Amino acid sequence: MAKLIEAYVTGVGQSEVGVRLTRSPMGLTMDAIRQALDNAGLTFEQIDGVASYPGKSHGYLGFSPIGVDEVIEQCGIKARWHMGAGEIPAQLSAIAEAANAIKTGQARHVICFRTVYEAAAMARPEEFPPLRRDSVDGSSQWTAPFFAISAACWVAQYANRHMNRYGMTREQLAQVALNANRNGLANPNARAISKKPLTLDEYMESRLITTPFCLYDCDRFTDCSTVLILSAGDALDEVKSTPVRIAATAGAVHRHSWDQAEWMASYDTGPDLWAKTDYTTKDVDTVQFYDGFAFFPITWLEALGFCEVGEGHRFIEGGTRIARDGELPLNTGGGQIGAGRLHGFGFAYEAVLQLTKQAGERQIPGDPKVAVATSGGGPLAAALLLARD
Amino acid sequence: MSEVQAAPKRPRPRLDAINRPFWTGGAEGKLYITHCNDCGEWTHPPREFCRHCQSENVAPEAVPGTGAIDTLTVNHQAWMPGLEVPFVIARVRLDGVPGVVLTTNIVGSPFDAVDFEDRVRVTFEEQDGIWFPLFEKVEG
Repeated sequence: MAKLIEAYVTGVGQSEVGVRLTRSPMGLTMDAIRQALDNAGLTFEQIDGVASYPGKSHGYLGFSPIGVDEVIEQCGIKARWHMGAGEIPAQLSAIAEAANAIKTGQARHVICFRTVYEAAAMARPEEFPPLRRDSVDGSSQWTAPFFAISAACWVAQYANRHMNRYGMTREQLAQVALNANRNGLANPNARAISKKPLTLDEYMESRLITTPFCLYDCDRFTDCSTVLILSAGDALDEVKSTPVRIAATAGAVHRHSWDQAEWMASYDTGPDLWAKTDYTTKDVDTVQFYDGFAFFPITWLEALGFCEVGEGHRFIEGGTRIARDGELPLNTGGGQIGAGRLHGFGFAYEAVLQLTKQAGERQIPGDPKVAVATSGGGPLAAALLLARD
Repeated sequence: MSEVQAAPKRPRPRLDAINRPFWTGGAEGKLYITHCNDCGEWTHPPREFCRHCQSENVAPEAVPGTGAIDTLTVNHQAWMPGLEVPFVIARVRLDGVPGVVLTTNIVGSPFDAVDFEDRVRVTFEEQDGIWFPLFEKVEG
């Protein structure tokens, strides 16, 4: 068998991030793709692969308005490999699959994109019809009939259990949102979401959504496209950027259910990631953890072994350890809570910016070389280990 | 001036051969969970095959309908117009059905009087031919 080729992130791009933007979903997607191509020093002629998650979502266009086929057609890409799939471990698995395609020689340069249009879609329902709620099937039928309609209601029950079982407090949970706000304020792409400093008092007094989550524990619908370009290790002479190697990827689904599983899939994904690499938690300079809800980063800290199970809330207590100048900077661009619901890809984007020292005002100190980016919650989980060699 | 908004209906499961016993068993006062007659394990959500031994010899079986609260959340957000809040969403661990929990609502108690491990019993709420299994607290 031929030797596997390494896969690297060689370009990143992000469109304007806004709430109820009027620029079209394809416009945002093209903005992000052009920026990523420019970042890498590549042209459409060199691209031979395209990947996205979850592919075009015809039943709910705001969730994923642009398909992989449309990008291939729009950009005149001569694709040898492409994929737009939702039935993969989680959002960042699209990037893991693109890396696998590169490793096995199926493509040399792959555009990976995630376009979201959930805020604009809510404002323009005639163009982007919302999900129907009167009749439900599939997994929704086991939660929606009890008005457990938002994922907030499902995840809140896991968070509440952590409070009951391990003594997590709202003050400890708050550190995720406070950290997200601090970092979002230093991120020019987060201006639509993080507008002013958030205090613990404001957090504690804010409107409850579903206990223990308040308004600031939930990410916010956003309109944006995020792009990462992956390139083969034997094609790096074609790019001008600092490449970041995809050192390992992992994803796990043991029970594909939001309510039957005792633990979220992240707890299976963590050990699987470390089993595939010589790196350990001690090598990691920054973590970018999915935070659709504030409890998720706590589970990822536990799942990836940065602390014991049931200790995540104590790990982040006071917020200094996870701050940009702390021992394990978390969600340095604000995450989804501080910078908008980019739906997974934002975590890989931020990890690459930090490792290549392109993060501007929010750049973490020192010489960061290794990062973990994750996505997903509940039965979905994917993790990427990224390294600058 | 705002009009009084009628309480929304519960989102209605689309019935099929596999899920019908669960969603309509309440008509006879029964909570049905899919049981394997070969290996004795339970499969929920219901499926055509046992999820433990993949046998096709499965059938809905009435279970006691009692259990304990595994975890819960007090929901304050009106996800649909007119939805009355707050209310309790909980995961109930069913007696005699190891490995199965149901997401449901705890009714008949103030929202702040519901806690982990509270004992509960099923009570059905009918709406357009669907019998939603809700739970209420019981003593002891």
